Amino acid sequence: MGLEFLQLSLAPLLIGVLAAVACALPGNFLVLRRQALIGDAISHVVLPGIIAAFLLTGTVSAWPMMIGAAGAAVISVALIELVRRLGRVEPGAAMGLVFTTMFAGGVLLLEQSDTSGVHLDVEHALYGNLESLIWIDAEGWGSLLDTGALAGLPPQVARLAIVLAGLVAFLWLFWRPLAISTFDPGFAQSVGIRNGPLGFALVTATAVAAVAAFDAVGSIIVIAMFVCPPAAARLMTNRLGRQVAWSVGFAVVSAVLGYVLAGYGPLWLGAANSVSAAGMIATVSGLILAAACVLGPQRKRTGEAAA
Amino acid sequence: MMTAELIARDGRLITTPQAEDAALTVRGLTVSYGAKPAVFSVDATFPAGSMTAIVGPNGAGKSTFLKGLLGIETPLSGEVRVFGRTMGRARRDIAYVPQRASVDWDFPARVIDVVEMGLYGELGLLRFVTRGHREKAMAALDRVGMADFAERQIGQLSGGQQQRVFLARALAQEARIYLLDEPFAGVDAATERAIVEVLRLLRAEGRTVVAVHHDLSTVGDYFDRVLLLNVRRIAEGALAEAFTPQNLQAAYGGRLAATQIDELRLGAG
Repeated sequence: MGLEFLQLSLAPLLIGVLAAVACALPGNFLVLRRQALIGDAISHVVLPGIIAAFLLTGTVSAWPMMIGAAGAAVISVALIELVRRLGRVEPGAAMGLVFTTMFAGGVLLLEQSDTSGVHLDVEHALYGNLESLIWIDAEGWGSLLDTGALAGLPPQVARLAIVLAGLVAFLWLFWRPLAISTFDPGFAQSVGIRNGPLGFALVTATAVAAVAAFDAVGSIIVIAMFVCPPAAARLMTNRLGRQVAWSVGFAVVSAVLGYVLAGYGPLWLGAANSVSAAGMIATVSGLILAAACVLGPQRKRTGEAAA
Repeated sequence: MMTAELIARDGRLITTPQAEDAALTVRGLTVSYGAKPAVFSVDATFPAGSMTAIVGPNGAGKSTFLKGLLGIETPLSGEVRVFGRTMGRARRDIAYVPQRASVDWDFPARVIDVVEMGLYGELGLLRFVTRGHREKAMAALDRVGMADFAERQIGQLSGGQQQRVFLARALAQEARIYLLDEPFAGVDAATERAIVEVLRLLRAEGRTVVAVHHDLSTVGDYFDRVLLLNVRRIAEGALAEAFTPQNLQAAYGGRLAATQIDELRLGAG
């Protein structure tokens, strides 16, 4: 049991938790800024970015793909802003327009190009390949201290850990201006906080989280984790710091519970095969949100609670 | 510029305050959303220790004027000086109170959290909130009669209470100039009195107060100067000089009936 867990489950669990938390953290601010859709947008435009990178470099190695995805994310953010200004439409409509168009372009690109020989397909883009990220070098619990064996961990673990550390540093450093500019942008500007660059930094951090998570777990988790844990956390507390803490907790629970349920749940129910861990993690996060809607102590909002 | 500020009337020379003792001067401020300017080439001078109402019809650009001079909306042109310095160098001299309805009060924060946002100039990115900061925020809340509500979630406040919290945040800034956008909009009578009281105390301390104001009937009671605005500047100065039936007619066009102006019982005219 111990060895099997180390080899087959430890890395996917770690990656799932890291990806979920990395998406939930910036998701708190996106949800409060009514920009939750931007996480959705970014995770969709990642697909054409990755395919473009593959077509340009001819390899499926991680870094060109990450750079292609990040480039596509930045382009999409610029395009959304452009459509919003030139088309004079509301931000949600601009996001919807840009990400569906770019995602569709990515699918066309994928079908037209000769990518059949490599593991690059739409299903992979949606669900990721969490279950395949195994740690074959593990020989026992001692391997956790063995640098040689640790080097055999899937590279996504280290990549996500670095991204998560960067996100934590960004939020810690800019917590105060982010909070002020999210609540009251006019006041923020009047005390010298530059809303424009700060908002762009937040979206860039979101893009980095989305790209790093996408590679490991696919876009379903990314979209769910940007929205569900923060939205559920908002219903648990009326303070921003505590909301972020709750959202991290919910993200961890979703990832662990989702992974376990996907692996063993169907077997317990007598079915033969496991189901997609990514799909189950996203489902659990949605169920947590539903539970928070019914049970959360702060589910009463302005007006109702004033009595 | 000075010659324009010397106005001859009734054979007397009236000098408006010179730039040296002005807290805030605005020259040629133009702000535009799209093709049509919302504020066009407005000059204004707010003397230190004065209390000015910005008055004009809906859509006259009153709020935009404030946002433009603060840099919240990027002006097409114009120059702003705060005690002779640029706005970028004088942020901590300015406290801005936006319209209450401009923010989402469902934001996860308590009253005290919002007031502490007023300490951002002092705290910056990473300085911890000390007992001294907390006491300053509580003192600001006390001045607006909201000390008992410090731990309350902001979404649970009435409109008047929300406005008081915004004013407390501005008080915590300990600024020399207070710019308020419709501070009396949708508040109860008790809150209106409390806010006026606080603004008068600020003036008594030598601070400068500028407020966008809608209710023409209280301009004379609350303020000592007026800036009449309708995209362009219509008039500016002490009430007796600028708050006249002719100027009001010019600012509001036909939208203000002569009888309404009569009811204001303006002294000058």
